[in-house]
Amino acid sequence: MDFPDITTTIGDYVKAFIDFLDENLEPFFDFIFLISSRSINGFEQFLLYIPWWVFLLLIFLLGWRFKSPFSGVLYAAFIFLVGTFGMWEEMMTTLSIVLVSVLASLIIGIPTGILMALSKGFSVVMRPILDAMQTMPSFVYLIPVIFFFPIGNIPAVIATIIYAVPPVIRLTELGIRNVDQEVIESAESFGSSRMQMLVKVQLPQALSTIMAGINQTTMMALAMAVIGSMVGAEGLGKQVLIAINHIDISLGFEAGISIVFLAIIIDRVTAGIAERFQAHRGNVS
Amino acid sequence: MTTKIKVDHVSKIFGPKPKTVIPMIEDGMSKDEILEKTGHTVGVYDASFDIQEGEIFVIMGLSGSGKSTLIRCFNLLNKPTTGAIYVDDENIVEYNTQALKQFRQNKIAMVFQHFGLFSHRTVLGNVEYGLEIRGVPKEEREKIARENLEVVGLKGWEDKYPDELSGGMQQRVGLARALANDPDILLMDEPFSALDPLIRREMQLELLDIQERLKKTIVFITHDINEAFKIGDRVAVMKDGKVVQVGTPEEILEKPANDYISEFIKDIDRSKVLQAESIMIKPNALVSLKDGLKVAVKEMEENGLSSVFVVDRQRHLQGIVTIDDAINGIKQKKTIQDVIKPDVSVADRSEYIQDLIPKALESRFPIAVVNDDNRLEGIILRVHVLSSLAAEDTD
Ligand SMILES: Nc1ncnc2c1ncn2[C@@H]1O[C@H](COP(=O)(O)OP(=O)(O)OP(=O)(O)O)[C@@H](O)[C@H]1O
Ligand SMILES: [Mg+2]
Repeated sequence: MDFPDITTTIGDYVKAFIDFLDENLEPFFDFIFLISSRSINGFEQFLLYIPWWVFLLLIFLLGWRFKSPFSGVLYAAFIFLVGTFGMWEEMMTTLSIVLVSVLASLIIGIPTGILMALSKGFSVVMRPILDAMQTMPSFVYLIPVIFFFPIGNIPAVIATIIYAVPPVIRLTELGIRNVDQEVIESAESFGSSRMQMLVKVQLPQALSTIMAGINQTTMMALAMAVIGSMVGAEGLGKQVLIAINHIDISLGFEAGISIVFLAIIIDRVTAGIAERFQAHRGNVS
Repeated sequence: MTTKIKVDHVSKIFGPKPKTVIPMIEDGMSKDEILEKTGHTVGVYDASFDIQEGEIFVIMGLSGSGKSTLIRCFNLLNKPTTGAIYVDDENIVEYNTQALKQFRQNKIAMVFQHFGLFSHRTVLGNVEYGLEIRGVPKEEREKIARENLEVVGLKGWEDKYPDELSGGMQQRVGLARALANDPDILLMDEPFSALDPLIRREMQLELLDIQERLKKTIVFITHDINEAFKIGDRVAVMKDGKVVQVGTPEEILEKPANDYISEFIKDIDRSKVLQAESIMIKPNALVSLKDGLKVAVKEMEENGLSSVFVVDRQRHLQGIVTIDDAINGIKQKKTIQDVIKPDVSVADRSEYIQDLIPKALESRFPIAVVNDDNRLEGIILRVHVLSSLAAEDTD
């Protein structure tokens, strides 16, 4: 049987809404654009300013301190390899985009998670929104984003934030909610104010869970590198796209493996940092 | 004695519309019926009693009887559904947010069953917490925290984290943290239940010791009757949310208010609760050092005794004279001084019967109860020591 001849036009409403935003919030979007492009350029210039061997040394030290001496050597070797592919600048661009996206995600995500933990109502409202953000194919929200911003790094950052922010929000909420009830009550019994409770007890107790969220958010931000390049972002993702267009297997592999190297290093180092926080700080359970 | 906490018809019902349940309880519906019909849980119903300043007041009862619910009303972690709680004559139930904060910061502190320590803070940081909240400067609060850690015997552990300590030590941190605030009232919800028996006994004695020195008003919860009777000046027994009896351990032991309590105290080791004074009697014969042996013999004959205690004019205990020695002494023209036996088993009036048993077994004579000046206050017959151990049926 054919579906009856009923049509809804939700998509049209969304379009109208986006038009409305574009007309009325232009100064706001300009502001966002300015901040993001400045910070991306800033990071990029800084990273490129560092001599390559200093950067390798830094990577070695990070790996050594948060994993093991062997990891330090391995990670430095990875980065060295990326350099030999001729993708040093692209790597730094990608790193800058990821860094800015992650910082913005934390600035938005941690307070949102805290609010969700403190207010049941807000949590109920936010949950389906977070689900949608994670399951909606990213291309769909790339369309309105390029509506507001010129093609380039910025729409990629926005799309990355939308995709990567849910884990840090969820795990911030979870971490705070999971703090042992007796610990909360003991803080309460000493006459803590709400703010003291949050800053002195709930956040420190939730820290290791929040760190796990930051780790996930960072990984997801990196995973967006290629998709971000579809709306004009520079960096390793763009190399992958070029390789696809030219069916250039060797370029594709080199750019792809570079992203994998970055992912491994970032994952292990942030996980190592999170572990540091775990000692004596985890939600004891 | 002044009243520190006055609990006035306090009820606490859990559920969406707690007040609607009160009339049903008044109509005699049971806790289970109410849960089934309305989905509300009766935590505490109509509790009224006074807690005196400086006493250890124990709340005892089986699991689920409402002990925690009640004690948590005292610092308003639970807000009573109805009723009033007066602390120093102020109804704390009516406190606004600010007054409640002040009250919690200054007057009352709580020790939790599972310690409730902050795992992200060092031992010192934990003990400082209450002072930090109040805005006490860093240096001062650190000093106070260190002093209190010393009180509970944890000097040298300041920089460890709670998870590096044993259970017993963790609870000492909990205790130090509560004491650091110098509260008038200390609430302790089964503080020693999570500890193994040996550590537990040690902590009980230490608590009594600390109480002796600091004279806090302590509200202590336990479901262990031996613990209740050991440390409680007075004990409240709860059942199904109701307070069924309040009294000293001796009162409860001697006159249990109902079968429930009788059942409860059946297992108690009476020798650890009853004290010497509860079984001592007034000596019906005494002789003075100045008296002759003939007086002593006459006293014993008149009272049908085979020995008699000898005291000086201020009733200080000197020793004991037996009938045989006295009669022999008369024949040899001796005085009481010559035949007196100075080695007598003595006891303090607050000594537990448990400790009297060996004395009663090794001596042929009654036990003398004396005060700190060796003044004779009473005597305990050996037979009474043993008969007191047999639980009384009813009388
Ligand atoms: N927050 C709550 N919400 C609903 N019901 C509760 C709540 N707290 C306690 N109760 C119920 O109130 C009753 C008394 O519980 P309470 O914890 O006071 O008992 P308790 O005497 O402390 O027992 P235990 O020895 O197990 O700690 C129980 O039936 C319990 O299920
Ligand atoms: Mg309890």
